[in-house]
Amino acid sequence: MTTLDAPVTPDDLSRLHADLAARAARAGLVDVAYRTLDGPLGSLLLAATPAGLVRVAFAVQGHDAVLTDLAARVSPRILAAPARLDDVARQLDEYFAGRRRTFDVPLDLRLVGGFRRVVVEHLADIGYAHTASYASMAAAAGSPRAVRAVGTACALNPVPVVVPCHRVVRSDGTPGQYAGGADAKLALLELESRVGA
Amino acid sequence: MDEPFERVVQQHGATVLRVCRAVLGPADADDAWSETFLSALRAWPGLDRGANVQAWLVTIAHRKAIDVLRAAQRRAVPVAELPDAVAAPAVRDLDLWSALARLPHKQRHAVALHHLGGLPYDEVASVLGGTPAAARRAGADGVATLRRTYPATIDGGDR
Repeated sequence: MTTLDAPVTPDDLSRLHADLAARAARAGLVDVAYRTLDGPLGSLLLAATPAGLVRVAFAVQGHDAVLTDLAARVSPRILAAPARLDDVARQLDEYFAGRRRTFDVPLDLRLVGGFRRVVVEHLADIGYAHTASYASMAAAAGSPRAVRAVGTACALNPVPVVVPCHRVVRSDGTPGQYAGGADAKLALLELESRVGA
Repeated sequence: MDEPFERVVQQHGATVLRVCRAVLGPADADDAWSETFLSALRAWPGLDRGANVQAWLVTIAHRKAIDVLRAAQRRAVPVAELPDAVAAPAVRDLDLWSALARLPHKQRHAVALHHLGGLPYDEVASVLGGTPAAARRAGADGVATLRRTYPATIDGGDR
């Protein structure tokens, strides 16, 4: 096939994309809006439904894989539409700079149900620069023997950092596993202990 | 389809823009591009998994471009005949879009759909009407004219 080398510049496309994102949002067609945010833990993927923040993901989790999962579990009407994430991005910047201790953004926890949902909802009770053990979280969630299930719930927390699963540590004080990697968990705990309670 | 729509925009955005520009010229193409992807986003969850996404988008883009064209014509002062087939000027034209604009209607659309949109000629024929053979002829004639008026963009050109 003969091809016509018709010039289309990246500038054309990014201008059109921004306009599309705005128009699609006004038309209520963006079921999941996302953007990335660069910070001390690398690139974070932030995704929100009209109800609120639905997913925060680290680069090691594979942003593409996370978007594919959101398309299957929430909706394939997914667009890179940063406006809906402006608030949470600003708050995360402040948090990483040590100027914010709590997050004030609407959450959409539709990706977690049952006992895991109960655990995730209790995570917010652990204050800045404090930690809790998996066992104490199990007790707080009303199932003292479900320590392993608490570990799973923390590992699968859909909105890490904003909902502080990094504050749940092993009973011996070692950090334990984290979706963003053990180093990322340690970095968050160090940030919070440096800034102070 | 359960693929994130953003990937569709990334993958096919440039092709859709070329098709819109080929039909409308660069000034009016943006609106057709946006309308194409808005319409596609609306329909996306219901599209069959096996569908040819590019062909689907190019067909929508062509329809949206026609809509923009008609809207512009409704606003314009009526003329007896569309200025489709203005004779090519003697000077070599360096602008592909204006070279395309001077092609006869059917050739211009066949080139837009097939050479820029990648649509097979049997699908070009079902969009434009007529037989696949006629669509193929229109595309070939259009490219032959472009080869004279805008040599730089055709394969074998010097860009």
